[in-house]
This record gives sequence, structure tokens and C-alpha cells, in this order.
Amino acid sequence: MALIELQAIEKHYVMGDQTVRALDGIDISIASNEYIAFVGSSGSGKSTMMNILGCLDRPSAGLYHLNGKNVAQLNQNELAEIRNLEIGFIFQSFNLLPRANALSNVMQPLIYRGVAYKERKKLAMTALDRVNLVDRIDHLPNQLSGGQQQRVAIARALVTEPSILLADEPTGNLDSRTTIEIMKLFDELQQEGHTVIVVTHEAEIANHCHRIVELKDGKISNDHRQDGVS
Amino acid sequence: MLFALMESSRSAVASVLAHGLRSFLTTLGIVIGVAGVIAVVSLTEGLSASVTDQFQALGTDSLTVRSYTPIKDRMKGIQSRLNDSDLSLIETRVEGISSITPILFARRASQVRFGSQTTFSQIFGTTQAYQDVAQAYAEQGRFLVNSDSKTRRRVCILGETVREQLGLPRNAVGEYVEIGKEWFKVIGILEPKGELMGFDQDDRVILPYQTMQSLLGNQSQTDIQIQLTVADQSNIPVVVARVRSLLRKAHGLTREDDDDFRIQTAEQLSETFDRIITTVTLVVGGIVSISLLVGGIGIMNIMLVSVTERTREIGICKAIGAKRHHILMQFLVEALLLSLLGGIIGLLLGYGLGVLIAMSIPSFPPATIPLWSIVLALGFSAFVGIIFGILPAAKAANLDPIDALRYG
Ligand SMILES: Nc1ncnc2c1ncn2[C@@H]1O[C@H](COP(=O)(O)OP(=O)(O)OP(=O)(O)O)[C@@H](O)[C@H]1O
Ligand SMILES: [Mg+2]
Repeated sequence: MALIELQAIEKHYVMGDQTVRALDGIDISIASNEYIAFVGSSGSGKSTMMNILGCLDRPSAGLYHLNGKNVAQLNQNELAEIRNLEIGFIFQSFNLLPRANALSNVMQPLIYRGVAYKERKKLAMTALDRVNLVDRIDHLPNQLSGGQQQRVAIARALVTEPSILLADEPTGNLDSRTTIEIMKLFDELQQEGHTVIVVTHEAEIANHCHRIVELKDGKISNDHRQDGVS
Repeated sequence: MLFALMESSRSAVASVLAHGLRSFLTTLGIVIGVAGVIAVVSLTEGLSASVTDQFQALGTDSLTVRSYTPIKDRMKGIQSRLNDSDLSLIETRVEGISSITPILFARRASQVRFGSQTTFSQIFGTTQAYQDVAQAYAEQGRFLVNSDSKTRRRVCILGETVREQLGLPRNAVGEYVEIGKEWFKVIGILEPKGELMGFDQDDRVILPYQTMQSLLGNQSQTDIQIQLTVADQSNIPVVVARVRSLLRKAHGLTREDDDDFRIQTAEQLSETFDRIITTVTLVVGGIVSISLLVGGIGIMNIMLVSVTERTREIGICKAIGAKRHHILMQFLVEALLLSLLGGIIGLLLGYGLGVLIAMSIPSFPPATIPLWSIVLALGFSAFVGIIFGILPAAKAANLDPIDALRYG
């Protein structure tokens, strides 16, 4: 059974008297442990797609089954729980809590799961170790480089052991050397068994992935598999 | 629940500390409100405790009867009086009295002179029984005895304040002072009693009753006070009723007439005082509620600003799994913390202020804060924090995660 199953997903934004069809009938099925890139020009609906996959947003129409459960109709609190349990987000702008240090940032999702402090700290240390940042745990985000911040964000996504890692332009704010570093990390995570979904408009990044889905005006215009470069 | 509360407190403390000055300014309204109420409570509590003590010392078993002229009589030029026959009436016809004494005041404060020193003091004549009724004892020399009065001796007993002001030696017995052009021999100095409600009880000169009468001359014009103590305190209402009916009859009052005298008990005095304190407390309470209201609005305002500032953070928290109640709790606890902080600072400040004021007014009793006022002040601050924190917290909790993430 597929991990993710989208059927006729629509997302409409009503702006005055005109309706933007950000997603316009998306059917896609994503299996566990896939390494997949969403590509497409600006405004094609990649981020909208990501938000729906990540249960941050609800589709205007269509069915979304995640692990066999229809999540399209859930309310905000139920979506929050799914996000906490199943999804790990990685954003272009890192989105770390500015007043919390690296360790606290990584521990944060576990608070919403009711994990006690000691256990939280242990799990967070494991995740930070995974991204090679144990020596920076008490740095605030503004005391870390972009690459380091993104690695903290990845640790935060990993700490809950989610089924899916969702990354929306994860290297958009990073230089080319750091980009390679981060992408290598994604490659490894996929090999370790994570399902990794990346949004990008850079061909080099898409080339790391095993499946490339191209969006155009809210529709899937191309969906093909390839051997990863990595 | 406890877990969520603890986690929220952790982040609330961090956020309050992150904006130290702003947090402090935000709590000022609460600080001032609570400081005000605590200062007033600490002063009035101290005052009423000490006054209660003083009334106790005055004797809860004593009554004072004095004449009283209703306003409509006063306009007609009628002046009510109590005289010696009223005194002997009470003395002979009322049961349960342990001691009774007349007090005859000089019409106005009179000049007392010793050598080149002069002072004005309250001068009155009374009898030996005054000693028991008013608990006034001689520290030096002796108190009045009945023969002083009978033979109209020119002797006097001075209060400590008068002795000091006249520059008399500590043991002034045997000296002569001049009161109203007559010379009086000092036979005693009273034990100091301190102040009662700002009134110096040691600023007095006591003469023998009949000496005073002869000084005042015209007998029909005299108006005395009668002070008495009852043997059994529970008997006071009976004694009061009996004195009242006797005097009404003696003064020929009809059913429609009001009393032309007043019977005052120590208890009544302290009740009057309590009423004054209660009124002051209520007025201050009103002012304080306004200040707490303003303080609450201040907290709400800053919390709304804080929610807007942290919109993106709220979005992040929601993206990684925070539910509505997590966010709600976080902001509510922060508002609560701010208001409690204000409450505690206000408590300390108010107490300090109370102590300072109490110290700067001579003979004012020391400030005390009762436990209930601490509980009340903190309870009120917490209440204000929660009430005015709900709106901003709900606003934060209801943010849409995507909108919040996109903010800024
Ligand atoms: N909140 C919104 N309100 C109205 N229109 C929106 C909103 N969010 C997205 N859109 C519209 O939906 C379409 C898809 O937007 P989306 O952000 O998914 O594009 P994208 O592929 O991520 O682009 P980019 O590569 O520039 O990030 C765009 O036309 C955009 O204007
Ligand atoms: Mg985008």
C-alpha cells in the first residue's frame, strides 16, 4: 500500500472575483522510502502541494490518504497531531525558534507529544549527533551558519521519527558547498529508510532524487523515474 | 495538564526575561494598584490593632455620660447640661456600678505657668474615683483624695507632657504652678499614657472637683461629664438603659423628646473608629480596582503586541505539532506570570511604603500586613492576568499555521 495517495486534489484561492487554481486535479501515489523531487516554474503550485502533503493546509477538494487514513477532512488539532507524528518539515528559511538554542529547538516537537525533559534531551542529542552538530547544542540560531541552522532544522524533523521528510527548497538560502553537504545528508537519510520529498527548481538537486514530478499550472505535467546521481 | 503547565511556564519565564524592561513597564499598572492596597491595608491594620489595644486599656467596662444639645434646641439658645444631682441620681439609683466620678472641664484650654515657662493644657476637676475609672495613676507623688476636694485645696496633678513643657524637674512634687491667676501645689505626676488617635493623653492638668467648681463660680452654669465603670462588663446594656431612663425622667423629657445627653461606651468608640477605617478601605479599594483594570489593559496590550511579533514562531510551533491548547496555555501563562510578577513587586513596594509612612509619623503604630491581604493581592493580580490574557492567547491559538508561517 502506498504511503501517500492523492486523488483529484484541488486547491483554490479566491481573490476577489477571480479564482486561482493553485492545484488543479492532482493524482499521485508515493510509496514508502521513495526519494522524490517536485519541480516546476515559480507559481506552478509546488509549495501549495507541499503544504497539503504536510497537513499544514487542507485541499479544497479531493482525497488524501496518508498511511491509509483520509486526512483531507480533519480539523486543525487533528492535523497538528498528524504533523507531529508523521511529518518532518524542512523549510527554505530554516524556521528555527529564534530565542531557543539548537538543543531546545530540536526538543520542541517532543513537548507536544508529552515527552518528559530527560527523554526529550536524550532523543534530541541523538538527532543532533545524526547531523553532526553535538558541539553546537547551546548556540542560538543567529550564532549558527546557514548550513548549521538547516542541519538543526533537519535534526528537529528527524527527532520525532516521522514517516515523511518534507523539504521545501531546503538549499534555497545556502551556498553551493553547503548545498552539497545538505543534499548528501538527504541521500543518507533516504538510504537509512526515510521517505524524502524535496521541492526545488534546481536540476542538480532534483538529480539526487529517484523520481522527479514536474508541476505546471497546478497539474502534473511529467512524472518519471531515474537513477540517482549519488 | 501539569506537564503542559510546566512547559508553558518554562517558555513564559524565558520570554518575560527576554524583554526585561518591557515586562517591567507592562506590570507597572498592577504594581501600583497592589502597592496602593497593601500600603493602605498595612497602615490601617496596624492602626486599628493599636487602637483596639488602646480602647481595651481605656477599659471596655467604662461608660461616659455627657450632655448633648440637639441642633434645634441650640438654635433656640437652649443648652443641655448634666449636674451634680444627675450624678448622685445615678450613683444612688443604678446598680452594678463599681466606681463613678464627675469630670468638670475648664471652659477652654487655660494657661499654666511655672517660672517663665507657660503652656496651654486641658484642665479639669475630678475626684479620687477617677483613678479607677480612667486607670490614671500617679507616677510621682499621689493622686487626689476626697479631702482635697472637700476642703477645696489648691493642689494639682500634672500630665507628663505638661511637666516637660513647663520645664519642671522629674520629681516636681511640691513645686507651685500658676493656673488662671491662682497658685496650685503639684502633688503628683501622672503615668504617661501616650496618644489615642492623635490626641495626647498626657497633656492634662487634674484639679480636685470642688476646687474646680469654685474656680468656675456660677454653679447653675456648670455642665459635667460623668464617667463610671460597671462591675460586670456583660451588664453594660442594662446599666446604659437604666441611666437613660433615670436621666430622661429627671430632665422631664416626654416621649417625643430626644435624649439631651449621650451615653458613650468604649465599644461604641471603637465601632466608630472601625467605620472610619472601613470607609477609607472602600475608597482606596475603588481607586485600586481602577488601577488594576488599567494594569490589566496594559498587559493585554503588550500581549497582543507580543502575539503579533511572534506570529512566525507560532506558525513554526504549529507546523511541528503544537495544538490550540499548547499555544493558548503558553500565552496565558505568560500573562499570568507578568501579572503575578507585578503583584509581588507591588506587595513589597506597598509594604515598604507602609513601613516608611508609619515610621515618619511619630507615635503611629508599626505597619503590619495580614496574610489575607497577601492572598487577596496576589489572587487579584492572577485574576487580572488571566482575564486580560485570554484575548491575546486565543488570538494566538486561532492563527492559521500557513498564514502564521508566511507572516513577516
Ligand atoms: N495564500 C494564497 N492566496 C492566494 N493565492 C495563493 C496563495 N498561496 C499561493 N497562491 C497562488 O497559488 C499559486 C501557486 O503558488 P505556490 O506558492 O504553490 O507556487 P510555487 O510553485 O511554490 O512557487 P515558487 O517556486 O515561487 O515558490 C500561485 O499562483 C500563487 O499566487
Ligand atoms: Mg514555493
